[in-house]
Amino acid sequence: MTQLRRLEAEGIDIIREVAAEFDNPVMLYSIGKDSSVLLHLARKAFYPGPLPFPLLHIDTTWKFREMIEFRDRMARELGFELIVHTNQEGLAAGVSPLTHGSKYTDIMKTEALKAALSAHRYDAAFGGARRDEEKSRAKERVFSFRDAQHRWDPKNQRPELWNIYNGRIHQGESIRVFPLSNWTELDVWLYIHVEQIPVVPLYFARPRPVIERDGMLIMVDDDRLQLRPGERVSEESVRFRSLGCYPLSGALRSQAATLTEVIEEMLVTRTSERQTRAIDFDQAAAMEKRKREGYF
Amino acid sequence: MAAERLEDFLRRHEAKELLRFITCGSVDDGKSTLIGRLLHDTQQILEDQLVAVTSDSRKWGTTGDAVDLALLVDGLQAEREQGITIDVAYRYFDTAARKYIIADCPGHEQYTRNMATGASTADLAVILVDAARGVQVQTRRHACIVSLLGIRHVIVAVNKMDLVGYDQQVFERIRAECLEVQGIRGVDARIVPVSALKGDNVVSRGDGMPWYTGPSIIEVLDTIDVSHDQQLADLRLPVQYVSRPDASFRGFAGTVAAGEIAVGDPVLAVPSRRLSRVREIVTFDGSLPRAGSAQAITVTLEDEIDISRGDLLVHPDRAPTVGRILDAHLIWMSDSPLLPGKQYEFKLSHRYVRGTVESIHHRIDVNDQSQHAATELRLNEVGLCRIVLTEQVAFDTYASCRATGAFIVVDRLNHATAGAGMILRSGAPEGAHHDVSVFWQPTRVTHEQRANQKAQHPCILWFTGLSGAGKSTVANAVEQALFLRGHHSYLLDGDNIRHGLNRDLDFSDAGRVENIRRIGEVAKLFLDAGLIVLTAFISPFRSDRRLVRDLVGDGEFVEVFVSTPIEECERRDPKGLYAKAREGAIRNFTGISSPYEAPEAAEIEIDSSRLSVAECVDRVIRYLEANGRLRN
Repeated sequence: MTQLRRLEAEGIDIIREVAAEFDNPVMLYSIGKDSSVLLHLARKAFYPGPLPFPLLHIDTTWKFREMIEFRDRMARELGFELIVHTNQEGLAAGVSPLTHGSKYTDIMKTEALKAALSAHRYDAAFGGARRDEEKSRAKERVFSFRDAQHRWDPKNQRPELWNIYNGRIHQGESIRVFPLSNWTELDVWLYIHVEQIPVVPLYFARPRPVIERDGMLIMVDDDRLQLRPGERVSEESVRFRSLGCYPLSGALRSQAATLTEVIEEMLVTRTSERQTRAIDFDQAAAMEKRKREGYF
Repeated sequence: MAAERLEDFLRRHEAKELLRFITCGSVDDGKSTLIGRLLHDTQQILEDQLVAVTSDSRKWGTTGDAVDLALLVDGLQAEREQGITIDVAYRYFDTAARKYIIADCPGHEQYTRNMATGASTADLAVILVDAARGVQVQTRRHACIVSLLGIRHVIVAVNKMDLVGYDQQVFERIRAECLEVQGIRGVDARIVPVSALKGDNVVSRGDGMPWYTGPSIIEVLDTIDVSHDQQLADLRLPVQYVSRPDASFRGFAGTVAAGEIAVGDPVLAVPSRRLSRVREIVTFDGSLPRAGSAQAITVTLEDEIDISRGDLLVHPDRAPTVGRILDAHLIWMSDSPLLPGKQYEFKLSHRYVRGTVESIHHRIDVNDQSQHAATELRLNEVGLCRIVLTEQVAFDTYASCRATGAFIVVDRLNHATAGAGMILRSGAPEGAHHDVSVFWQPTRVTHEQRANQKAQHPCILWFTGLSGAGKSTVANAVEQALFLRGHHSYLLDGDNIRHGLNRDLDFSDAGRVENIRRIGEVAKLFLDAGLIVLTAFISPFRSDRRLVRDLVGDGEFVEVFVSTPIEECERRDPKGLYAKAREGAIRNFTGISSPYEAPEAAEIEIDSSRLSVAECVDRVIRYLEANGRLRN
């Protein structure tokens, strides 16, 4: 088997294992390319049956509008159960990526996620994270144990041997599951290409209204983004390498308007994908800290 | 890049083989530097990562002004601060030939479990040796763990050659030493002199060691053949998930662990022993005529049979061992020691089965592979153990098939993964028919245990029936069931008695009568001792059974007629006796050349051709319960 098919089979195996072993699993759906691959693998795992679990989207209300359109179209076309959760208290309190800095991610993403998982009593949650994304992820298990407060203890992970996953938990505890652990960014794009998996058009270069702020190109997706003195909206051909909340997702100047052009551009690019995400720069080892607290 | 060239590149990347390897060595051996070097020299390091590492080097680095490549791979904050690699970290890189997954493992003895974790999925191991220090205790330990986990290819990287002046003689001496280390000797081993710091013989050759004409590490990795490592060619498809989206579809989903499955093949589900044929191999991308190792598929069968998660689909003629007793190497991974007799959960082939480690044959010192007596295994210790499960499982030896020969041990209270096991052999007695159940040796219930258990009214369960009818199997299983419920019992087996007490008797009618008489006497003594006695003898004559019944009194004698028809017994022929009897090689063979007198009023009758062993056991136990033989 080729390496891509081995990765695919491994992902399917992991997804089936969770469906068989847990009472109430859920698939985190972030609408990005990794989520698209994850969803595709899940469809393969249970064909000809439907997905035996719902998809959960943590909506901060700051996602790109195109992401939300894409999400709703996928749910309609593929017929999966979609649960959307927003931290209403945070929203009411006006917590915003523009004013609250790293607190915003805590409240609208991490806390919202934990609240949703607890409210629905999910005992397993799939995520699309890959070990090649970032150093602290390199040590994450495929079945990653979380205590009742959704915390990750990197020093006390369960040993994980062969493909024999330990899914035993007490009530309230849960397992985060990462079927794409062994995929690289190139594998993900290649798989999308080979399998013709639909992805959000934001990954492809188009003329888009952007401003430059703190060294990043930020797309002006709606009028909540107030211009600071000296900032000017310009129309540039940009694309996104990784998608999240629009004020936190840096765009790349690019002419790559098709999938093959994106892959080609990635092959000659010399920066890693998370660089365009603002949260990593907050502090050293930021990601590890977030993960300990329950971030995906 | 033109579009066609990109397509071509993608096709080649997609079609690359995957090779998984571990790196073992201590922080002092320069392991992280070696991995950093592999990543760096194969152009895997992106600019921003290099910038980050350059800044980290000033903060944490150990290489002065030079960029510390080790910091590319030391991930967790705690590790950076302590300068050691605590947990397994996975790295990815590729060359034109292959895609690689590195499991970067810590090397200290207290992280043996982490190394085992990394080794469990690896095809190859890179073991680091410091050229200035040569083979160390840890080298032997790493080789031991590598061989325990069944890795058949080893690269020994003799690192820091720059610190010994690239001296060929130093290398040759270490090379000779390495080839004597158990676990390196006997596998496909390549010894390569390298300097990870300077880059010699990692990816490029460098110019430090013109005397070395062998391959660099990356050249070995790119060309080594691991395609024949899987020993087992027989089909093993563990049923992982039963798919029943609607009434019309019933699929069994799983990943092929070994061999090949094709439409129309006969398949047997073990341990449930149900037989059918493959109707369709279903996938999202269309149905397949056949599927092989590592493919994730869903099969439908011709017959509506009851198969569940944890069954193995196999070829009927090439079935794995089925049993409850197995001998396995265990690596202990928990802070609380492994205690024989304590109940754990064992997960193998997608099933959790409860069981105990009955005894530790010996502990293995991973530093020199010496064997020691042990009554417990502590964290990071390794031992060969006898494991007794409460249910039958289907398994292979780890050496023949990793997927069906490995298991994990889960602590029942805190759910930690407490151990990992590699099956060495079945624990069934020599000569036991492999697809019949395998049970406790009766003598393993100790005298003390018997003395503490008195909650029963003793009786004799006298199993009678043709050779091959299943008497021993069912009697053994009943005893197992009784024992698990805390009862006191003893099983007298025909062959065992013939080996000792009745060694002087032949198989003439007179010999048989005397055989049964003596057994009756022994059974009576055991009955006096308060035991439920089980016997499994053909005992073909009514008069003999009557004799024993009279000896012990009617209420104490329970006759269990195992009425499996002779056609079925002869088909099974577990010991080849019917064939010999038909050829005339055995005289006086019951059912062929000597009569069998069926009981006229047996207390219990069971036909093992129509009932499963579990159902047979159930029937006997229910009889005992109904007649007040078992108190709680």
